Amino acid sequence: MAARLSNGCKLALPVDYAGVSMAMIQPILDSGVRDLDLVCVPTGGLQADILIGAGRVRSLETSAMTLGEAGGAPCFIRAMKSGALKMRDSTCPAIHAGLMAAQKDLPFLPIRGLIGTDVLRHRADWKIIQNPMVEAEDKIVIVPPIAPDFSLFHAPLADKDGNVWIGRRKELAAMAYAAKRTIVTVEKIVDGNLFDDENLSAGIIPSLYIDAVAEAEFGARPYGLWAEYGKQTEVLMEYAAQAKTEDGFAAYLSEKYGAEVLT
Amino acid sequence: MNAVTPSEVMICAVANLLDGSRHIAVGAASPIPAAGAMLRRAIDEARGGESVRISILGSVDHNVFTNGSTELFDCAAQGRIDAFFLSGGQIDGQGNINLVGIGEYPETKVRWPGSFGSAYLYFLVPKVILFREEHTPRIFVDKVDFISAPGTSDKNTYRKGGPIALLTGKALFRFDKDKGSFDLQSIHPGHNLDEVAQATGFTFGHDDSPPTTSDPDPEILNLLRARVLEDLSETYPDFANKLRAEIAALSERTN
Repeated sequence: MAARLSNGCKLALPVDYAGVSMAMIQPILDSGVRDLDLVCVPTGGLQADILIGAGRVRSLETSAMTLGEAGGAPCFIRAMKSGALKMRDSTCPAIHAGLMAAQKDLPFLPIRGLIGTDVLRHRADWKIIQNPMVEAEDKIVIVPPIAPDFSLFHAPLADKDGNVWIGRRKELAAMAYAAKRTIVTVEKIVDGNLFDDENLSAGIIPSLYIDAVAEAEFGARPYGLWAEYGKQTEVLMEYAAQAKTEDGFAAYLSEKYGAEVLT
Repeated sequence: MNAVTPSEVMICAVANLLDGSRHIAVGAASPIPAAGAMLRRAIDEARGGESVRISILGSVDHNVFTNGSTELFDCAAQGRIDAFFLSGGQIDGQGNINLVGIGEYPETKVRWPGSFGSAYLYFLVPKVILFREEHTPRIFVDKVDFISAPGTSDKNTYRKGGPIALLTGKALFRFDKDKGSFDLQSIHPGHNLDEVAQATGFTFGHDDSPPTTSDPDPEILNLLRARVLEDLSETYPDFANKLRAEIAALSERTN
């Protein structure tokens, strides 16, 4: 599946608790793909940090990067200080608005807030317009669509037809609707068709939006997968300690993934 | 007078600030605000009032959202969330918060995670409580290096919400929306005005002898130490254990 990614593609990744396809890091590193434009929906963590540290990321659009209880994302922090990463600081609902604009193939969506922030000041691609529906002065920010070339996430279930069950994690559906292609890993691919169970249907992303599915048991670890299994905070802590220095991260990447940092 | 721990003083202050709120949203990594919200709920229920809804973001068990992470923001826009908490790596005297970093953006010398939803929620949630336990001039600065979210907006900007108070480990401030600055409301037990002034990098309004943050009534303290501690244990087990140990140490000292 990683071979589908091309250099310079825009790749959307979900927030830590929504189903991160950690299992795809190995094949992505092995594929040698680089210059990725990452979009974190709406925040990024370990997966984005590893890809940044490994020199595979050209730009990053996110409303935050964090390892949660394990602290700041070390490779991200280094890349920001060195200027190696083109950063598009955002705010969570602006990421959601951008995805929704892409889902509806609209040129922009308006969003409240933001006026007077330095987040807006540093985003040349966001504009302030007058609300055209009223006479009185009413400024509102508009943001352009975010249309990822690929969305990538991990979910509990899929069937052989490529329908994927995400339950109530609807940000994953938003990612799939907005992206040109969607790649998914799941805990289990089941026989039969998920739509046979009407109780599951409201939580399914139909295969219409899905381009590839692969089975990867515990594929979100060390992150958790909602009710399926919990987060391994101690693994995140170990990573934070090891990746604190550039050399430490290079050693981690080599030991864990047999990969090198690209420069 | 009851002996109370510094964490309990802050939790009770949060519960007071939340009086009248019906839906409170709390970040996943915010045990003191969450405890304050749980205490508010316990107080209202004990008094036969309407039960407060608490949504803990990122939690599976304490979150009824079914429309993904966008639902919080849609709810806030519609006025379905009454209170929320924000913090900052820097907070200034005008109520501006900085969650991005210190120095010249983008190559800041210190980089924090980022603005999260603050650039939106600060405008829309009626009661935003700024909470930062560490109270030092490093955090409470005259002017933030990056405005993730501004304390006030001009009158032509759509704004239904904003900061109402700033709670720290040393004191409680009220935010005056019209002046766009903070007034000291009370100082927590064991601290004084000189210390608070020295630890705060911005000027703030205050009385000559500001009051002490009041100790909770025995009834409220009982709710906190029984029901709220139990509620907390499910979601924030480490914090609940720490608080239990602090309470035990306190009663040993006072006996």
